[in-house]
Amino acid sequence: DPQRTTFLLRKQWSLYSVTPLYRFSDAHLRDYSRLLSAFIAAEKQKGLAGGGGGEGLAVEVGVELDVKVAISSLPELKGSNRDQAAVLVQLSLRPSAFSKNSEEKLIWSGCFCSVSGDDLSENMREDFTCLPLFLANGAESYTAIVGSWFQKTFDCCFHRLAISPFTLSWMAAMWTGCKVDKTASAVELVFSVPCLPQPLDISYAIHPEDAKALWDTVQKTPGEVTQEEVDVFMDCLYSHFHRHFKIHLSATKLVKVSTAIASAQCDGNIKFLQSQYLTGVLMLLTELAISQIQ
Amino acid sequence: MQRRQSSKTPKQPLKVHHKNQTDLSAWRKRGTTDPEKSLQNHQSPNYQKDDNNQYSLEQALSYFEKVQDCVSLKKNSVLQKHLTTVESIGLQRGLPPEGFNVLLNVALSGKLADKVNTRLLKSLVPASVIPETSVVSSVSWLCVSKCSSNVQVLFLRWLITVFDFIDHKEKLHALYGFFFSFLQDEKMCPYACHLLYLLTRKESVKPFRIRRLLDLQAKMGMQSHLQALLSLYKLFRPDLVTINLPGKMKTFFKNSEGPWKAAINTVRQRNQENFPVSCPLFLGTAQPQSRKRKWNAQLIIPASSTNKNIFEKDREKNCVNLYSTNESFPVEQLQTFSRLLQNIHRLEFPSQMGSVLTNPLLLHYMNCIKDESIYLRLYYWMGQTLQEECTWCVADNSQYEEEFKDFLETIYKTECFLQEGFSSCEEFLYKSLPLWDGFCCQSQILRLVSWIPLSSFSEMNSQLYDPLAQLFFTSSLYFKCSVLESLKELLQNWLNWHLIHLDSESDSQVHSLNTTLSGLVNTVAELIHFVGRISTVALHLENNNTFLLYFILDFYETVCDMYLRYNLPLLIMPPAGVFYPALLSMDPVSLNQLCYIMYRYRTNLVAAKENELSKKKILQFKFSNKTYQEYNQYVIAMVGCLWTSSVFQKDIHPQGLRMDDELLKKTTVQEYKSSFNIVYHPAMMGYAALFLQQAWPDDTTFNFSLIKWNWYLEYLYAQGLKGLKVFIESSINRVSEASHSNAGNVQE
Repeated sequence: DPQRTTFLLRKQWSLYSVTPLYRFSDAHLRDYSRLLSAFIAAEKQKGLAGGGGGEGLAVEVGVELDVKVAISSLPELKGSNRDQAAVLVQLSLRPSAFSKNSEEKLIWSGCFCSVSGDDLSENMREDFTCLPLFLANGAESYTAIVGSWFQKTFDCCFHRLAISPFTLSWMAAMWTGCKVDKTASAVELVFSVPCLPQPLDISYAIHPEDAKALWDTVQKTPGEVTQEEVDVFMDCLYSHFHRHFKIHLSATKLVKVSTAIASAQCDGNIKFLQSQYLTGVLMLLTELAISQIQ
Repeated sequence: MQRRQSSKTPKQPLKVHHKNQTDLSAWRKRGTTDPEKSLQNHQSPNYQKDDNNQYSLEQALSYFEKVQDCVSLKKNSVLQKHLTTVESIGLQRGLPPEGFNVLLNVALSGKLADKVNTRLLKSLVPASVIPETSVVSSVSWLCVSKCSSNVQVLFLRWLITVFDFIDHKEKLHALYGFFFSFLQDEKMCPYACHLLYLLTRKESVKPFRIRRLLDLQAKMGMQSHLQALLSLYKLFRPDLVTINLPGKMKTFFKNSEGPWKAAINTVRQRNQENFPVSCPLFLGTAQPQSRKRKWNAQLIIPASSTNKNIFEKDREKNCVNLYSTNESFPVEQLQTFSRLLQNIHRLEFPSQMGSVLTNPLLLHYMNCIKDESIYLRLYYWMGQTLQEECTWCVADNSQYEEEFKDFLETIYKTECFLQEGFSSCEEFLYKSLPLWDGFCCQSQILRLVSWIPLSSFSEMNSQLYDPLAQLFFTSSLYFKCSVLESLKELLQNWLNWHLIHLDSESDSQVHSLNTTLSGLVNTVAELIHFVGRISTVALHLENNNTFLLYFILDFYETVCDMYLRYNLPLLIMPPAGVFYPALLSMDPVSLNQLCYIMYRYRTNLVAAKENELSKKKILQFKFSNKTYQEYNQYVIAMVGCLWTSSVFQKDIHPQGLRMDDELLKKTTVQEYKSSFNIVYHPAMMGYAALFLQQAWPDDTTFNFSLIKWNWYLEYLYAQGLKGLKVFIESSINRVSEASHSNAGNVQE
């Protein structure tokens, strides 16, 4: 059911790389939900008691205690048959008897996945599960709790997955070339000017058809992208900008790319906008995550 | 969206190393195995003193157990003595669990003066845990109001501070109502509130308690402690607490840590120092909580704990196999070496492999069992942590240098313990050395370099040697010496590894590093040539500094013995840029060291030659003629220099000392021929002068030609120039005394 992956669209996801999970098994997801739920409750209690009698005595009041955990398999989200099925973790607030609406409220979700992550999973020992890309949406405090539990239970490491300007320029070129049916939004590149007392960002928006036309003149073989083509594409955009504003964008740092396909930031946040290109973007992100692990 | 060109690096197979050596001495076995007693008993190096302490504490406890009413402190020296004992032991090392019952009973029973009770309560610092029973009986004393209100308050404050040390809390929960009743006492109320806050569970929230709290609030006004407790009640039972409380707010209890906090920390630290095994190492003691960093980026080596996840699965398995007694032994209980031996068959590794770094017992275990997943788990954890925490690769990390240093130090110690390097650490070095300033964590990084595993990895040149050489040439003398020292250790570690694997070859073990002997020889040769190159340049840069020369020659002391000591079919002579500065050094230490090295080269080469001749079969490796030639050239130069005074004629090394007589005459040095023999050599002249003084005390002309070489040599040997002795005895045929001799070269 392709509909099951649409929850990823139009939300801001924080990206993490995750080392292979030790002794993780799809067959025990229900047990994991239970254990994680107990862990979250315990962490909340700890936060309430302020770390016990002797420790810091700051107490935060007003946090919700009743969190429901659902861990489920998401076999729809993979690139090849060799990929492990993605794992979806969802935290929701149980309806309390005293609130008016009785629906569960989703407060946090996280997704472990591997889309064409063969580079890592090839020759991996049986007791390790490779789901190198982790996406999280929701309060970071929940990411922290869920992440700690996974780290403790499956002996893995999470690390933020930053996206380098180099990769962002790849994304800009690749996504510009993608066909989108309806009237697409502008291609926007944000550059940050280094070494200034005040931060200064330059936003460079290009009409999607113009950008596509430029890219089509640069790209030699449809369906393939080379480093040289990406460089030429970006250089063209830079020289056009320089002609008008006398600013060398090549001396600045590319920090954000938004297109109709997706929008990505250098600090490792991404928003998927088109379901048909979801797997493609995830494949690229999986590759980035693997290179961070290895 | 396919990318033709990918930025990722070519994959390398994960390397898993076999473990070679176990350092049993690293585990200092301690007297008893009773974890409780060991806390206060035998940890100090001074066992005698500990026994005394133990004895006087026992005496004090039995005194307080029997003490009668109304003993005055001033008049009673016995009470004074025992009270001091309890105080000093309590505050310095903490009290054993069995002490609490006695001391709490006496302090709260009102038998003694308030001053004594206060002092007793203040010294109640736990060494390990506090038995719940002692707390329960104290509460009963509190309820009969035998003690003053000051002591009551002090007790509650104590209870709050040590709450986490109480071994069980079930019975304490049963006393909830009693604690609740203390709220009526105005003095006790804030502390009772805090205690209730710690004890409250959902089922403790009752309508009558809420009413009581609201009454109190109405009477006493908005008190922060009451409010905190009410908020907690409201959190558990929003249906019962309907009043409006400030929504999200920080509520503070009054600081009730009291006088114990500092002592608890002291005792905890002290016990941690004494217990390298059981205590997790938390790096970054400098307020880890205040660090405003990413949640997962704290440099903490996890504590050893049982993998509950595996537990879960085991239970399921047990359901199937009811007769299975194969229950695993939790790592938390692994405190002593004997426990390890008893349970080695049913031990489970901790849920986070990183915790083995600080647990020598688990490292022993790791040494015994061969499981690839252990190394893989460590590999990922260590690789990621090093990468994320590196203070010079990640921009914002520079403030955490101390923590990172400690982490690197811990890895180094583990590598020494296991006698092998981690491949994640090796990869980290290759990645981070090009960015390193050579200053940050200097000694840690250089020590880690010495544990780079031996492999036929051909990219060593670009990954290690190039960045290291750049730093080497541009850094201080001290840095140069440190690099040479760590490269010497690297060489020794490789040679040891080779020696051990040579032995275990018969076990038909597959070489885990995938190395052939020729690959290994090439890698070692590459290292030695690298050191030869940088040494030559460094001697130029540092003007043949003696200190530097010492480290260089120290390296060659290992190189010259590789064939005999480490069974490696490889000998490499030092380059001329090292040999000649050492030969012409101003310092007898260097000259003596060079003589010793040349003697060992000779011994190794002779042994190799003999082996080659005696064995019928063709050896896979034999030293090239070039090595013998080089050796012979050097020996000719040395003998010509030190002995026959013919170096300027006979030295045949292309970079040697051969010079035309015409040129030498232009120097206007008289007797230039003999100017480097053992009498006139600048390094030896001091000895010659002293020898002359002793032999002819009255002669002031320093007539060196008077020196009889036979006696002079004996004198030099007696001065400790052992290297010179073995060299002269092995390489020089002394036909007639002090006359022309021939170099006893090793013939081709």
